[in-house]
Formats: sequence, structure tokens, C-alpha cells
Amino acid sequence: MIDFHLEPRSGVAPYMQLVHQVQQALRLGMLTVGDQLPTVKQVVAKVAINPNTVLKAYRELERQGLVAPKPGRGTFVTATLAGDDLDAHAALRAGLDQWIARARAAGLADDAIRALFDTTMRRTAQEP
Amino acid sequence: MNTPVIATNALTKRYGPHAALTDVTLDIPAGRIVGLVGPNGAGKSTLLALAAGLIRPTSGTVEVLGNRPAADAEQLARVGFVAQDTPVYAQLTVADHLKLGEKLNPRWDPGLAEERLRQTGLDPAKKAGRLSGGQRAQLALTLAAAKRPELLIFDEPVAALDPLARRSFLQSLMEFVADMDVSVVLSSHLIADVERVCDHLVILAESRVQVAGEIDDLTAAHHRIVGPRGSLDELPAGVQVIAAEHTPRQSTLVVHDTTGGRLDLPGAEPIGLEDMVLTYLHRAEGPAAPILQETAR
Repeated sequence: MIDFHLEPRSGVAPYMQLVHQVQQALRLGMLTVGDQLPTVKQVVAKVAINPNTVLKAYRELERQGLVAPKPGRGTFVTATLAGDDLDAHAALRAGLDQWIARARAAGLADDAIRALFDTTMRRTAQEP
Repeated sequence: MNTPVIATNALTKRYGPHAALTDVTLDIPAGRIVGLVGPNGAGKSTLLALAAGLIRPTSGTVEVLGNRPAADAEQLARVGFVAQDTPVYAQLTVADHLKLGEKLNPRWDPGLAEERLRQTGLDPAKKAGRLSGGQRAQLALTLAAAKRPELLIFDEPVAALDPLARRSFLQSLMEFVADMDVSVVLSSHLIADVERVCDHLVILAESRVQVAGEIDDLTAAHHRIVGPRGSLDELPAGVQVIAAEHTPRQSTLVVHDTTGGRLDLPGAEPIGLEDMVLTYLHRAEGPAAPILQETAR
């Protein structure tokens, strides 16, 4: 079982924050196939959020093929994101370490590096 | 459950020359938790009191769950209303309040009331006047919930509470909503709380509704656009400018895309709920608008 939290000032919609937390737990192996997600009532009682938000997050995870509801029993994990993905992390992180070092050596402050990263992410996300 | 919980048409309330609520037309769907936000004096309490049937409109109409507010005993039983500062009878004990609730409400659920008392740790023998603000709010929620209403209305339920009591009140409320088929309308000026618990938003300022809708739809349709001065003078049809600021070189717009499609403009960024709300309030009140109280830190 995992715990959810909410970051109100992140600018990310609350239901997406829950989706991301489940994806993150799947990536890191904290959730695996067969695990049960907290019930809607457990989540709202803990995090103080709208039950519809939890349902929406669970529907989105279902759409992504990561979880499935079992009527009367709850919502269960049906797929995992760990594995190959996790192995790729290490290599990507090493590459990113080098890239950040190069950016710093070129005289960029951390804020400038973040801005460059963010604008590039946005630009590539918009390209087909 | 397709009857709107609150439907108003050109609803107006005047106190002498003062307009408390002007020409409000709203359709609030069932099954939502609705946040009513706006500065003090915007008309939030007036709107909620009209919905609860405590006051009558000057003109226009308001229907709650398809009926006139407070029309009869049946209608009163369907709506739970908790006024500002969660008033209780100071001299009566917590248990007395529950007894009163049982006598006065045809649909009273004693099991639910006792279960909630146990969960919240309220001492039944304690006089309500000696409860803390947070405990008083929990008692008021218990009373309103045990009525088994279809609609719960709260006027500023958490404004006077410290952050911990606020959070535990919202946890209790959300737990109750998850259990029951109940719609909720609450007013608040704490946008962080609204973002947390609400899925539908009504922004009220200067006695008028500025915008209303599902929060996810609203935030998806509002954008901040930054571009070189003059590049943003012409916008696609259906894109309304809510706010515009210019420096000699740069223009910053906040726009509401009412087309329902995807806004395809360079420099357009999503805007958070808080900025969106503040933009509307500034537009309504002019540049001297008071800043909304932010979440307590």
C-alpha cells in the first residue's frame, strides 16, 4: 500500500499528482502487480481531497493500463513500470550529470540551467 | 440526480441602495463539491443564505434540488446549512445537541452521529461553549451530516480554524462525502483548500459571478500568454482577454479560451488556479483590489 500527498502550489492538477505518485511508485518498485491501491475513502480521509479527484486519478491509471478495479474489492495494480526503465535511469542520470557539469562550466547558474531544461522540454513536447 | 443542486436565474438581492448580489445565473450540477470564492463583501454569504432559504431574493429565482429553498419541512430536511463561525448553543452539551438534532430532523441518523463523535473524539458531556473552534466545526459537521441531507452548505467553514483543525475538518468532510451521496457547496477564501477539495468553482466579486465551471475545465481553458509588444493584438475568435499588462517591449495576457479546443498560440502557458482566481478578482475590482488571503503558512 502506498500513501498519497498533495503539493498545492505545484501547478499540477491534484488528480495528476496522484497519477504521478502511482507511476513513480511503479517505477521504483514500491508497487508491483497484484498490489492494492488505497480505497477512495482511505485516500480522502488521509489527504483531505475530493473523492471525485481520486476516482478520476484511478480512471486515468486504468486508461493507461496500469491498474484495474475488482468490483467490491478495490483497485489493483496490473502492470509495472520498473525493469528496463529502471536500468535506463542510471545511464540517463550519468548523462545528465555530465551535461549539468558542462552547463556549469559554461558559466550557467542553476536557475538558467533549469530554465533551459524546462523550455526545451516544453518545445520538444509540442513538436509532433 | 440530474436536477441541479442550485439553479438561479437573474438572482438579485438588494439591501436598500446596496446590491449584495446582482443578476446571478448559475447551474450547479449534483454530486459536486463546489467552492464559492471571492473577497469579503462579494456576496458569498448572501448567495448561500438565499439557497438555504434564510432570506428571499429581491428579484430573480433560486431553486435548490428542484424546489424553492426552505419551502416545507421536507425541503428543509434535504439541505444541511452551517452558517459562518459554526454557531452552537454554548450552554448545551455535545450530547444535548445530538438529542436536539434527533428531535428536529425526520431523517436523523443516530448511528452516524455517534460514530462521528467517536471518530472525532468529542466528549458528549462537554458544553459546546467550551469546545475549541475545530471541535465546534466538527460538531456542526456531525449535526449537518446526521440529518442525511442531499446538499450540504457551509459558509466559510474553516476560516477561523488553525491549519491543523482545518485539515482535520476537511478530512472529515471528504470522508463523509465519500460515504454518502451528497453534494456540497462551501465558501472559502483559501484557494489552496478549494483546489484540494472542490471540483467545481464559482468566482464571485462585486456582487456578480465572474466565472463558474468545473475546475479542471477552467484551468485547462485559461492561459497566460507572454509575447513581444504588439504581437498579441489579434487573438482567435472565442479567446477572451481577462487581463492585459504591457511594458514598452512585452505584453502579458491572461485569456479564457471559450472554444473548448486547444489554444495554439506561441508563448501560451497554463495558469494555476490561484492566479486564475486572482486575475478575475483584480478585473472585477480594479487595480486596487485587495489581495486574497493565501493559505496559512
